[in-house]
Amino acid sequence: MTAKAAQPLFEGNDWNFDVVQKIYDTVEQVAASELALDTYPNQLEVITAEQMLDAYSSTGMPLLYKHWSFGKQFLVNEMMYRKGMRGLAYELVINSNPCINYIMEENSATMQTLVIAHAAFGHNHFFKNNYLFRQWTDAGGILDYLEFAKSYISSCEERYGQAQVERLLDAAHALMHQGVHRYPRAQVRDLKAEAQREAERHAHQEKIYNDLWRTLPRGKAKVATAADDRRQQLNLPQENILYFLEKSAPRLEPWQREILRITRLIAQYFYPQTQTKVMNEGTATYCHYRIMTALHEQGHITEGSFMEFLQSHTNVVHQPMFDSGHYGGFNPYWLGFNMMQDIARICVDPTEEDRQWFPDIAGHGDVEGTLKHIWANYRDESFISQFLSPRLMRSWKLFKLSDREQESSLKVDAIHNERGYRELRRSLARQYDISWQEPDIQIVDVDMAGDRKLILEHHAMNGILLDQADADRVLHHLAYLWGYEVCLNEVSGEGGSVLKEHKAKPESAKAKLP
Amino acid sequence: MHIIDRRLNPGGKSLVNRQRFLRRARSLVQRAVRDSLKDRSIKDLEQESEITIDRGEIHEPTLHRASSGGNRDHILPGNKKYVEGDELPRPSGGGEGEGGFQGEGEDEFRFALTREEFLDLFLDDLELPELAKKRLTTGDAQGVRQAGYTTSGSPSALSVGRTMRNSLSRRIALKRPSSAEMKRIEEEIARLEAVDGNHAAEIETLREEWRKLDRRRKLISYIDPIDLRYRRFEPTPKPVAQAVMFCLMDVSGSMTEHMKDLAKRFYALLHLFLTRCYRHVEVVFIRHTDRAEEVDENTFFYSRDTGGTLVSSALEKMLEVVRDRYSPNDWNIYVAQASDGDNMTSDNPKTVALMKDQILPIAQYVAYLEVGREEDPLAGGPMLRPTDLWQAYSALEDAKGRFVMRKVHHRREIYPVFRELFQRRGAAQRAQAA
Repeated sequence: MTAKAAQPLFEGNDWNFDVVQKIYDTVEQVAASELALDTYPNQLEVITAEQMLDAYSSTGMPLLYKHWSFGKQFLVNEMMYRKGMRGLAYELVINSNPCINYIMEENSATMQTLVIAHAAFGHNHFFKNNYLFRQWTDAGGILDYLEFAKSYISSCEERYGQAQVERLLDAAHALMHQGVHRYPRAQVRDLKAEAQREAERHAHQEKIYNDLWRTLPRGKAKVATAADDRRQQLNLPQENILYFLEKSAPRLEPWQREILRITRLIAQYFYPQTQTKVMNEGTATYCHYRIMTALHEQGHITEGSFMEFLQSHTNVVHQPMFDSGHYGGFNPYWLGFNMMQDIARICVDPTEEDRQWFPDIAGHGDVEGTLKHIWANYRDESFISQFLSPRLMRSWKLFKLSDREQESSLKVDAIHNERGYRELRRSLARQYDISWQEPDIQIVDVDMAGDRKLILEHHAMNGILLDQADADRVLHHLAYLWGYEVCLNEVSGEGGSVLKEHKAKPESAKAKLP
Repeated sequence: MHIIDRRLNPGGKSLVNRQRFLRRARSLVQRAVRDSLKDRSIKDLEQESEITIDRGEIHEPTLHRASSGGNRDHILPGNKKYVEGDELPRPSGGGEGEGGFQGEGEDEFRFALTREEFLDLFLDDLELPELAKKRLTTGDAQGVRQAGYTTSGSPSALSVGRTMRNSLSRRIALKRPSSAEMKRIEEEIARLEAVDGNHAAEIETLREEWRKLDRRRKLISYIDPIDLRYRRFEPTPKPVAQAVMFCLMDVSGSMTEHMKDLAKRFYALLHLFLTRCYRHVEVVFIRHTDRAEEVDENTFFYSRDTGGTLVSSALEKMLEVVRDRYSPNDWNIYVAQASDGDNMTSDNPKTVALMKDQILPIAQYVAYLEVGREEDPLAGGPMLRPTDLWQAYSALEDAKGRFVMRKVHHRREIYPVFRELFQRRGAAQRAQAA
């Protein structure tokens, strides 16, 4: 064990740059010895409240192109802040390399310590190691790309007029959620590996060769229709609408395609964040809790500031119950932090039940190794469906309500008992599964020979349709981008019957057509 | 690890986005500003304010699932009494457990406008000319005067005389060869080359000397950055003075809300204008029926009173207040009177006499605003018989531009009342500048 520090890092609330540097160095040391975290290099930036509001309104990015919607966001946040309805975050961290951490000047020295432990180590480790971030985001290049995007869009504004660009961005923003690739595309293969694979396959063929196969009667080959050909050429069906428009919309200018690409790539950059909210915050909260506790044990922070930390920590991980009047869904900090604490407990001090439910981690003792494996290889949905323990479900008294359209009342389907655990866990995990949460919308066909109508389908899961008003508006944007009529059919996920149809034509269709 | 202090970075990073948002929502914001005038005192027109607009046009749509309908499952924490199979009544109004309370109404969007933004929209609504608008929106009235010279500045402020003087003295001090000197040598060379005889050595020395001088000329420039001098300007405060503004209004039953609203705008604009010209402005509200009283702003605009109409009572009350508190020697007096034109016929001579003999001599400016109904189709038309008060005041209208009377039916007609005032001020400024 490390010896007690001679004197604490700071006393009282005040801090200066030397103190922050000292705090950082100590936290780094503790993070290495306690958790052995693997992080990008850090960069701390001290900012004011106004700058924090600025950062809020540009989705947390340090630089972003100009658009009225960010101005709207700014006004909303400013209003909330002024009225005291919402405090500002103590920090903001950007998934970049080096990892940029904004810390507020108003924070007390204890809060700066907490923030450094939370963001500069917790979040940072998660960004660097989680498979979703590794797969989807390029931490090294994001700032340069945003810089490019910003200057490209402003040069477009100069050349084609602000109104044009704004119109395009409005449309692109409306479709941003439909602008991500959900599955990684195949890696580019290199020739050598390819040759080897071919050789292996050939060897396999030879090994299983049997003349008997030749005698099997052969069915009729399926004849490809013209429609199939067309769909294949256009890469349909396609769920990334922005990508499809960028590549195939007939009427877009090159600069418009480029701007669609920019919004699409930014949406893609945020794609992992929406799927790892619980894990990301859980990791950061777990890390700061461990680090702060260690700092306190080693005498680096005073009793007073440890109390201050505990108070703020407790606020962060507070979860109101469903009937308390403050319930607004699950608090990701609470969910993630408690699950990780619980996993740590299972590793070192499992009960008989834990041994049954988690045979491969129960009691094997390696807390850090287990957690790091989880942080690297899971997202919210898989994390919950694997690691939510019956003990937690009991202590939170979870229950499941099912709401069937035909029935007049809600029914309690499962509660925290032997019969309900698996059902509860599966349903909760599903709430975090992006493919359940986001509507499944795909472009299915284009009438190339006729009027070039673009046809989309929404597979309505459980009979839940799209929000009518919004869907119609978005469809107008889509028609603007496509240049011809568009049509969105909502089909039932079970039977495939059409439940509802939305249609839109480009506004100035007549003026545009020759 | 680096720690960077970003606090000193220029602020207002979101300003452009904010302006774009306001531009986009302009018509909505404008309406909201117009409405908000009802709740504001004319004196705090210049403060920041919150306004509320409809979300409709600034909504950003996305494709998302409807909040009701279909089959859904909810997982909730905090079960106290339910067991499997229990049935609960469906809560009214949308999805259980999700969102529900977003703080404010979904359809309303509330935010704060800065002073400049608010004034800009307010004045825009009154359809003020750009120049007048600029005068009103720019902050403290300050003039500039020239104050010496400086070594840096904008090219337009370059003082050629000073710069050349510096350049000349520097050239003399550093002994920069003049072009006359160069020319003399060149002529000497030409002369030697022209005459017969072997002068090669002489020419070479001359050439050598010419080259030396030329090099020196190149090293010592004709005008050097250190010679540059710019005219320097410094802001000077305008003369400070104080003014009092009397708002007189007829509050008898015939004044409608619309008329009062017009009057309020007029007073607000006058107040705004006066605060530009004077450091200290006080406002006195006097309302009258057949007797007058001094009231606070709220009573002035929003409480009703009944009775006949005696305009002279208000004028008398005003003179009384002037005698008590605002000596014409210390205060600039502005009078703004709003009425629908009713007056007891017998009172007219007295009113005119008061106005002419007692008020006009001490006041800077008297405005009489006759407010009419908006929907009046013949408003201001020739068919309409002038009201009693209008007829009575008509005799006063010369009075060296100090007395202005106007009929106003719509808020856009308010500004012209001020035109004379602005014109006078502009002329005065030109006179000052000359």
